[in-house]
Amino acid sequence: MNTPSPSGVSLVVRDLKKSFDGQPVLKGISFRVEPGEIFVIMGPSGSGKTVLLKHLIGLETPDEGDVLIDGESISSPGVMDRHRMAMVFQSGALLNSLTVAENVGLYLTEHRLKPPGEIDRIVTEKLDLLGLKDTGEKMPSDLSGGMKKRVSIARALVVEPQLIFYDEPTSELDPMMAVTIGEEILRQNRLIKATSVVVTHDRDLAFGIAHRIALLLEGQILSVGSPEAIKADPQPQVQKFLTANFKFNPNSNAL
Amino acid sequence: MFQNVGEMITLLWRTLRSLSQTPRQYRKVLDQLFEIGNASLLMACMLSLFIGGVLSLQIGPVLAERGLSSFIGQVVGLSMCKELAPVMMAVLIAGRIGSSMAAEIGSMEVYQEIDALRTMNINPIHYLVLPRLLAISVALPLLVIFSVLVGWMGGALVAVFNYQVAISFDGYFSSLRDGIDMLDLLNGLIKSFAFAVVIGVVSCHQGLQTIGGPRGIGRSVTKAVVNSIVMILVLDYFLTRLLIHLNR
Repeated sequence: MNTPSPSGVSLVVRDLKKSFDGQPVLKGISFRVEPGEIFVIMGPSGSGKTVLLKHLIGLETPDEGDVLIDGESISSPGVMDRHRMAMVFQSGALLNSLTVAENVGLYLTEHRLKPPGEIDRIVTEKLDLLGLKDTGEKMPSDLSGGMKKRVSIARALVVEPQLIFYDEPTSELDPMMAVTIGEEILRQNRLIKATSVVVTHDRDLAFGIAHRIALLLEGQILSVGSPEAIKADPQPQVQKFLTANFKFNPNSNAL
Repeated sequence: MFQNVGEMITLLWRTLRSLSQTPRQYRKVLDQLFEIGNASLLMACMLSLFIGGVLSLQIGPVLAERGLSSFIGQVVGLSMCKELAPVMMAVLIAGRIGSSMAAEIGSMEVYQEIDALRTMNINPIHYLVLPRLLAISVALPLLVIFSVLVGWMGGALVAVFNYQVAISFDGYFSSLRDGIDMLDLLNGLIKSFAFAVVIGVVSCHQGLQTIGGPRGIGRSVTKAVVNSIVMILVLDYFLTRLLIHLNR
């Protein structure tokens, strides 16, 4: 079966609301992501970023509102068959019982989209692309956090996604690895033109890769715009998030 | 409780509806079958040998006192194939395999592996539940046949070497042959198949319902084993009544 060449799709979020045990987590979120755009959802921990992301890919059902992929509701039957989507999880979410190569090729194997030899070739190509040569036979438990993230990206790329979601792609990574992952997101966006939605609280990553940024606070979008527009937003809560830094202990110089 | 039962029936129904996926999942079914056999065969052998032996040890002298020791083979044989082998093997499999199913699926749920499957448009019921349910439904009846044979042997060894019974191998197996027909074995197999479905559905359901971290996985495993055993024993009574009625 031939898969069409990848190209981004639009994503529209309309008045999304969700509560857990009567506690509102998402309080009417709306935004639009254009095809091929890198859209970063930024916000502090506990602001509802991951819950929002789960709604975007259909892992959660909203209490109210809708998510439209190229104009089609995420809840409509077969939408996942018509639009190729992929997600890079915060933890990597690799299947621990499978090898790295089996994880990366899982989508193609399970949907029988290519013959086994072709799958092996694609898997090797994607692993090489992400600097993971010779890791195919390893188990996920043998990999470092950064390697797991890259395997998770390789697994997402195999889908040839039109829409790709990244959940905290740089969390638990050292600064150098975080830069590598950020560059990888940019490179993949240029290469496959997929629409990318990145959820993060890493300001450096957000301002380094985003075409547009949405700032999420306590379940509401506080501000949406280009990185420059967000930086210039005079709202105190926006500025507080953007400028928050450690107040270093002056005595620490004693070391 | 009623919500859980409803969810389990729904899970069973959705799994049955996905039976057409079996050819695509046959490798996973074989892997699961190997795992079940590997994990339980030796234990099943030990358990069955000693259950047969204990039966013979308890009943043999009582029968011998009444001059009925020639019926020992029949009594051990019937007890093994109609009741003890299906129930004991089901309890063993609930403990060894049901727990590992709940733990494996539970940890996949907790560590977002099942979410990852869903984002790849891979149905977790096809990928995880169907192969496990099929494998256990095949493995448990086979294990019961094995258990019945080993149990008969255990009973025979005690009947022959216990001076209070002291019956020959020929006498034991001739009594067994006279007293048991295929229908008796079939009753045991029907029961074991039903128990297998219960263990598979309860364990997979508990795994998929897991929330929280390692503590949540532990809770799911305990619930899977306890609920399976309770349901096996309750179902055993009603199935026995039904089979007695049908055998008339």
